[in-house]
Amino acid sequence: MERRIGMEASIAMAEAVGLCDADVVSAYPITPQTHIVEHLSELVANGELDANFVPVESEHSAMSVCCGSSAAGARTYTATSSQGLALMHEILFIAPALRLPIVMAVANRSLSGPISIWNDHSDIMAERDIGWIQVFVENAQEAIDLTIWSFRIAEDKRVSLPTIVNFDGFILSHMIEPVLMPDREQVQDFLPPFEPLQRLDIDNPVSMGPVGIPDVYTEAKYVQHKLLTDAYGPIVETFGELEKHFGRKYRPVETYRADDADVLLLTMGALGETAMTAVDERRKRGQKVGLIKLRLFRPFPYKDLLNAIGDKPVLGVMDRAVSFGGPVGPVASEVKAALFSARKHPLVPEFIVGLGGRDTSIADFHSIFDDLFEAAERDTTPDPRFVGLRE
Amino acid sequence: MKYQNPKPKWSELETGTAILTPGSARATHTGEWRSSRPVWNDEHCVQCGVCVIFCPEGCIAFQADGYPKADLDYCKGCGICVQECPTTSIAMQDEEE
Repeated sequence: MERRIGMEASIAMAEAVGLCDADVVSAYPITPQTHIVEHLSELVANGELDANFVPVESEHSAMSVCCGSSAAGARTYTATSSQGLALMHEILFIAPALRLPIVMAVANRSLSGPISIWNDHSDIMAERDIGWIQVFVENAQEAIDLTIWSFRIAEDKRVSLPTIVNFDGFILSHMIEPVLMPDREQVQDFLPPFEPLQRLDIDNPVSMGPVGIPDVYTEAKYVQHKLLTDAYGPIVETFGELEKHFGRKYRPVETYRADDADVLLLTMGALGETAMTAVDERRKRGQKVGLIKLRLFRPFPYKDLLNAIGDKPVLGVMDRAVSFGGPVGPVASEVKAALFSARKHPLVPEFIVGLGGRDTSIADFHSIFDDLFEAAERDTTPDPRFVGLRE
Repeated sequence: MKYQNPKPKWSELETGTAILTPGSARATHTGEWRSSRPVWNDEHCVQCGVCVIFCPEGCIAFQADGYPKADLDYCKGCGICVQECPTTSIAMQDEEE
């Protein structure tokens, strides 16, 4: 049976990994780490989790260990954030290329400089194209559910790709929230034992990760693109399985009071919760605002997004990272790319919010909604706005 | 020995581009990259074996007549043997000649 308890989101994720019976956890244990691996090391040390905990000297080494252990057929987990994720960069590409279903939590945080490891999405937006499945969660319950789900989808033999659970650093990772923690039996019913597509095995030797000469590389990259794109089907299917087992529903794109809305706002991650409160306040004033929440970032859910937007005239997009000298908001740039194929598309005002730990208040959301209504009235797209910028 | 297709369709690639057959490097003739080849002057060669040891490809071996030669299927023409030969018995010759 599920237990209803109050728990920090990071600890809850670690507990979920424990329930999934991870075989190997490898991580760099100090800043910018979270309590996830700290708690996992305790579970292993206390004998509550029969896993090999490998503390290493850098995140580059952590991801290298993860690739090796996953290749050997071990259910493998790690967590990082900020500069740590950046330090993993070159190894992150190896895992999907070798079809290694590693699961990783990224507590999204900023990148230096100036030196900062506070909350925003700079770290993961810089790793957009690593070829992993990526989801974003809003609260501790979603963090638990989608951590358990991540092992299921990553290890699905049709997929066999590594998966990242993105959860906002500090504003979610360090928050204590009420959660329903499933028991081991429930998790085992949902998550079958890990059977790798192939493994390092002295009786059936394979060379994993060999040179890809020009005659092979293009085909290899096409396979990766196709696998990640085609993972969409199994993702939706396993979201359905998750709902059957745990009673909570997840979709690639989720909406809140969007059906009859006059203007829409798109968010990704924990700020979606504050946004819902702001939407409710506007609705009380009789103003029809709605919310689109991007749950699945890779593979990008083009059709779901276009369906959710429908024929609404204005779609504000919130970004928590900057693509300097380029499209400004990385998420907005992808949303606009998705809309390019639509016959009719809305105005897409862009908002850069909550960089490097700057709080985003309900008042900030109201100022964004004001901009959206003004854009609708004038029928013009304003320049991207850095919300709360002192001028 | 059967090797994997060197020019596979995307649908023919092994999982994660793994190599399932041992020794597949043998099928890739890296000697095709070479622009010049080492040539031995057996009159000066003292059969010391320094070139055999220093060859980074491991493609130089003593022949039946006792003198070392490079396997040109795999020699990339790096010239390290020429650099290391204590009796200056090896010289590089352009492939075009």
